[in-house]
Amino acid sequence: MIVVNTEFIPGKRIREIKGLVQGNTVRAKHVGRDIVAGLKNIVGGELKGYTELLVESRREALVRMLGQAEELGANAVLNVRFATSSITSGAAELYVYGTAVVVEDEAVSPASEGKIAAEPV
Amino acid sequence: MGNVLIQLISVPLIFIGFVTGKVIELRHLRRLALREAALRDVGICNLRKIPVELSERESFLVTGSAVIATDHFKVFAAGLRGLFGGEMKTYRSLMSRARREAVVRMLEQARQLNAGSVWNVRLETSTIQGKRRPGGIEVFVYGTAVKR
Repeated sequence: MIVVNTEFIPGKRIREIKGLVQGNTVRAKHVGRDIVAGLKNIVGGELKGYTELLVESRREALVRMLGQAEELGANAVLNVRFATSSITSGAAELYVYGTAVVVEDEAVSPASEGKIAAEPV
Repeated sequence: MGNVLIQLISVPLIFIGFVTGKVIELRHLRRLALREAALRDVGICNLRKIPVELSERESFLVTGSAVIATDHFKVFAAGLRGLFGGEMKTYRSLMSRARREAVVRMLEQARQLNAGSVWNVRLETSTIQGKRRPGGIEVFVYGTAVKR
């Protein structure tokens, strides 16, 4: 699975647009981490616990999006965007979305010529 | 933590939230599934470039938004999760419901205006805060619809 945040992949052409795929998660760290973060706020610096939390959550959301793409039979996800929103204190929602497509090598596709710009299914 | 204590006092509300919240959620999900199935022929993607074949056709902006409220049980369950860490499943389902509802509304608008696909779709989320707890979340989605 190719995942990019551009709309094209050099050397590949889009054969079919499968549609929007997305993944999300809302995660929290246990209260101990929140307390440590509160203390850290006195002196400043990186909140490692929260960095870790966001990294994990983004990966989780991404995996869910890829799962959807796979289900649709896509082999690439283009124009991937990440969004973060806070729902409640200490928890964040990570959301990722992109367009699932089937791509093929530009050189070996004489058969499907003219089909590149079909409306997404 | 204080939040959790307040929640513990309002056990009946949590129970009501659990039962009716569950019923409302399940009904919403069922409705969504039906409407999504009916809209399957309207394509949706977030690619910016509309293909040459479609570029001559009329295009216009379509939007959809939805505000979905949390219930007492969801807030309570998330509060517990906040103590132990992990995924807040109740909020995750809330977010995806709001998003699906907003997307369906946008697609319904597109369909009404005889569009075959929606391009360059973007999603925005905002939290509508209650006094002590999140009151609900808003999802706004917009894109460019292209006529059939």
